[in-house]
Amino acid sequence: MTVKIQVENLTKIFGRNPKTVLTRLKNGDSKDAIFKETGHTVGLNNVSFEVNTGETFVIMGLSGSGKSTLARCLNLLNTPTEGKIHVDGSNIVEYNKNELREFRQKKVGMVFQHFGLFTHRTVIGNVEYGLEVRGVSTQERSEIAKKTLDTVGLEGWEYRYPRELSGGMRQRVGLARALANDPDILLMDEPFSALDPLIRRDMQLELLDIQAKLKKTIVFITHDVNEAFKLGDRVAVMKDGVIEQIGVPEEILAQPANDYIADFVQDVDKTKILQAKNIMVKPNALVSLKDGLKVAVKEMQTNGISSVFVVDSERKLQGLVTIDDTIAAIKEGKTLKEILIKEYETTSAGTCIQELIPIATYKKYPIAVVDEENKFMGIIMRVSVLAALI
Amino acid sequence: MTNFPAAISFKIGIYVEYFVKWLMKYYGNVFDAIGASILWFLLNIEKFLIWLPWWIFVLVIFIMGWRIKKFMAGLLYAALLILIGGFGYWELMMSTLAVVLISVVISVVIGIPLGIFITYNAKIEVFMKPTLDAMQTMPSFVYLIPALLLFGLGKVPAVFATTIYSLPPMIRLTELGVRNVPKEMVEAAHAFGSSKWQTLVKVQLPQALPTIMTGINQTTMMALAMVVISSMIGAKGLGMEVLIAISRIDIARGFESGLSIVILAIIIDRLSQGIANRYKIPEK
Repeated sequence: MTVKIQVENLTKIFGRNPKTVLTRLKNGDSKDAIFKETGHTVGLNNVSFEVNTGETFVIMGLSGSGKSTLARCLNLLNTPTEGKIHVDGSNIVEYNKNELREFRQKKVGMVFQHFGLFTHRTVIGNVEYGLEVRGVSTQERSEIAKKTLDTVGLEGWEYRYPRELSGGMRQRVGLARALANDPDILLMDEPFSALDPLIRRDMQLELLDIQAKLKKTIVFITHDVNEAFKLGDRVAVMKDGVIEQIGVPEEILAQPANDYIADFVQDVDKTKILQAKNIMVKPNALVSLKDGLKVAVKEMQTNGISSVFVVDSERKLQGLVTIDDTIAAIKEGKTLKEILIKEYETTSAGTCIQELIPIATYKKYPIAVVDEENKFMGIIMRVSVLAALI
Repeated sequence: MTNFPAAISFKIGIYVEYFVKWLMKYYGNVFDAIGASILWFLLNIEKFLIWLPWWIFVLVIFIMGWRIKKFMAGLLYAALLILIGGFGYWELMMSTLAVVLISVVISVVIGIPLGIFITYNAKIEVFMKPTLDAMQTMPSFVYLIPALLLFGLGKVPAVFATTIYSLPPMIRLTELGVRNVPKEMVEAAHAFGSSKWQTLVKVQLPQALPTIMTGINQTTMMALAMVVISSMIGAKGLGMEVLIAISRIDIARGFESGLSIVILAIIIDRLSQGIANRYKIPEK
């Protein structure tokens, strides 16, 4: 995994004379105090993070948290007051005019909240724009634009105007326009916020599809926690120009760094985010096939449980035995293998809890978590699935 | 204590006079050259319009009215033109039209770049705004005097005075149009690596075009409004007829020439507005 974007100590202050306020900010003056006394707005305060190649990095925060400012710094629509932004190792803040134009033309595409489409141009005219600015020949850019429009599912709409399209379709044009340049990095500034919920869901799924194919590095801005956790490989939560926490969605959900984030993620449907591996436990008791019946009874008795999973010497899951069956088997002289119960459920570590709920409700045994080779990883108690719902 | 004290007295006008005289003395040649070239264009346009058979002109206006508005509108405009001809003002109308046309062309050539320039230089606006206000509110007679001194009697000072009066809406509306392009659209243009020039030509100007067209419409109307006044310094045309009618207290002549100007104004306004509307970008 290589680092694509590396942001170091980025600060952005809006106002007449940003540099003068910098020292106050470093002395720890609050955003509000600085605004009241100097009229300067602190957009970003000493922000550092990295985005890996091919990763979808979501920046989440409420309005005014600086998330859009941060995205706009990544293609220098906002010039940082201080700090460095390395893309592929070179600091874009130091780029001159021409280097910056080339960077924007080739390396980074942007999708806007209100689409930002050129209303005087047709759909294909919009998609061709970036190529046109780069000086690509008429024929070539029309070919590329058509192909890109196919990717976003807009074939046949080439010569319509944006005004003739629905909101969702307009944003597809916005996405196609950004993709046509084949940039490594895609900046998406609340791209789906202006869409109604059903269309938004479609667009999210479509973005996941497109991303699975194209593997761009995406920086995605949103105020919607569910959207953030659905799309993001990693998520950064911002507040007042500061990144409060960065992590994979499960991490933020399971261990919010502070009350603010805990509050923020409260509304998240946890069952869609938390996976089997997040709630599974290493069982205290585990019986190997070669151990025999008496060991099994003793394991169950010491741990106060009524059933136990049985694995072979390679830790592959073989089955489950209950205490009643085992005691009966000792009396009847049967072997462990003969009394194995196979009617239990298994799941993989990456399964969402949502899918486990029906199983946990109706089955009487714990759920076994196994890897691709059927190796035993842990168990999920039925009660912990239900506990995750709260 | 009620009268304004005589001790407080400013004489600024005299310096303006010095300035104009200084211009005349040292840059007289420049103004002569400008005047000569304006006159050359003006005479040729006028000559062409008068040379044009009357029915072709009527036909062109009819077709324009039909295409831009509707059939009946075209028919109405043609009939109104014939009415002006019937008053005996055909050639005078063409002279007036020539002055208006050339003033509009000069206003467009100066106004659009200046309007764009102001958009990019917010500081200039502080000084531009009162200047533009002054150009429009200063009684036109006042700058007829220096125009007379610099260009002499006749059509050229008329064009000069008309242009000064009709230029402000062109500048204002160009600026308004460019400034009102949605911020996100301009950001998008930048985000895809457009140069300033590309952003201007490919995004800002096309977006501002409807407003700019409205500016041209306004400019044309302002120019037409100056016609009567500019005839005071000897520009032949419909305005001259009005002026003569006033001096002779000739009600009939005054009415006919006045009505002709109104008709001309209506036709030009409807046609140019119709063209402007074509460039409107529907929102939805």
